[in-house]
Amino acid sequence: MTLLEDPTGPQGPLRAATWTGRLRDRATKSFPPEQLLPDRQPIYVASWIYVFGVATIAAFLVVLATGTLLAVQGPQWWHRSGTGHYVNSLHLWSVELFMAFMVIHLWGKFWMAAWRGKRAMTWVTGAVCFFGSIGTAFTGYLVQSNFDSQFISTQAKDGLNSVGIGSRFNVMDFGQMLMWHIFLLPLIVGAVVLVHVLQVRRRGVVPPFLVHPIDLPAAPDRARP
Amino acid sequence: MTTTAPVASSPVVRAERAPQPSDGSWQGRNREYDLLKEFVVALVVVALLAAGLAALFSSPDEHQVTLTSWSTAAPTDFVATAATELDGTSGTATYGAPYTRTPDAAQKIGPVSLQHIAGVTHPINTSTDFITGPLASLPGDPTVSAALAQWTAASAAQQQSWSGSYDAALQKAAGNDPAKVAPGSYGPVPTMLTGLLRLAQAGRLDGALLLQGSFYQTDYTKPLLFIADGSYLADKGGAEHLAGEQWGMMNETGSYPGQAWLWLYTFWYQVKPFSTSGNADALVMVVMTVLSIGLISVPFLPGIRSIPKWIPVHRIIWRDYYRNTGSSTS
Repeated sequence: MTLLEDPTGPQGPLRAATWTGRLRDRATKSFPPEQLLPDRQPIYVASWIYVFGVATIAAFLVVLATGTLLAVQGPQWWHRSGTGHYVNSLHLWSVELFMAFMVIHLWGKFWMAAWRGKRAMTWVTGAVCFFGSIGTAFTGYLVQSNFDSQFISTQAKDGLNSVGIGSRFNVMDFGQMLMWHIFLLPLIVGAVVLVHVLQVRRRGVVPPFLVHPIDLPAAPDRARP
Repeated sequence: MTTTAPVASSPVVRAERAPQPSDGSWQGRNREYDLLKEFVVALVVVALLAAGLAALFSSPDEHQVTLTSWSTAAPTDFVATAATELDGTSGTATYGAPYTRTPDAAQKIGPVSLQHIAGVTHPINTSTDFITGPLASLPGDPTVSAALAQWTAASAAQQQSWSGSYDAALQKAAGNDPAKVAPGSYGPVPTMLTGLLRLAQAGRLDGALLLQGSFYQTDYTKPLLFIADGSYLADKGGAEHLAGEQWGMMNETGSYPGQAWLWLYTFWYQVKPFSTSGNADALVMVVMTVLSIGLISVPFLPGIRSIPKWIPVHRIIWRDYYRNTGSSTS
């Protein structure tokens, strides 16, 4: 691998010349292992509200797993099989838990003003996840292929048609909605969740509004206790 | 592991005023925290919770409405709806974009109609797509074939006269019963609609409307629009508390939780000016789009981003930290 001298000075670190090397350097600089998978957290991370972030991710994985099982057998399986119906029930209730945990997590982060300290993108990606999840759940209701799907699609078309979305996103097209539900939207939501979690790992958990001096960064003229 | 014992009481400072590292990272005390263990425990608990809820409550699966079940359970509603499809007065026939080119049917946001701008991408002629097309594609009844031939040979004005007269008479008939329609000049219309009813009841119309000449098909737009034009689907939805005025958007059939997270979207439809506006759908979409962008942009909105500072819920969230550092009295 070709290494270049750092332009900041002859004593500076060497910089990779290849795309691969630069990507690795940037990744390891932004996410050193101890920051990506820390085994220590700030002392203020001691509240039940923090549980709902990880609970949301856990529920998301259960949603993906149960959705995958339904995908393996096809969209009509759960109508004719007791096992399929149970898997569908698992999917439904994990979605309900996922959305409940996410809403609690969102409110918790709002009252923490968790966007402080250069964490605005963490909030933004989290909010985008919320809306992406609503869209994913909505398309899920559309592809149940039962009375509920029929009623929801014939009602929802009016809102989407009224602003032109329905001309391309047809809620009564089962095939199109199934593709959005099991591939496009989970892919988008999953990617944004990943970015969100990486943002959390990069910036850390937002500190309290009131910080004791003992927890402030050491100034050159102030010795740490 | 750093101790969590209370520290000596001393002035606390607001984090945003305190010196912070440029990357916003925490430089204070830490404690041991096993993220992976927390995640595994959460995964097991959530999986067990979902398994328990699924075993206890299952999930709803209200059987779908078909053209067969509709025409069998409510034949008068079926024929009355078919009459409006034939004379072009049904909800779908007069909908506007993306189904029909009906002037002034599209909803507007002020002077702008995004619905109209998006255009007719799923063109539907209810007369041919819902009535005459299926009748022609499923021959078998000579009487109906003759009626269809008479219809096809007639001028557009004559067709409109027959179908409009029959639709009006049907609406005046007791219980919208085709058997009680007053005599009139309806041409082949009664025979055609009776034939369509027989086709539907025999289970042959569902496939004809869905396939439309194609073997593989996943687009249910046409049969769903036809069914939704009748009152049978709406009545059934109302009985399942799914109607708009019942906050139906966030409900599910039976007593199951639905999309509760759509409560705010549903809310706007219940209040003026949305509840009485002909452009309600478009206006609600605009309001929800603005509010959604607002939620995403909270960190950048002066005033909104300060609410957590003014309403100190954070004192509950970080009560242990504040208590241990003596900041609860500050």
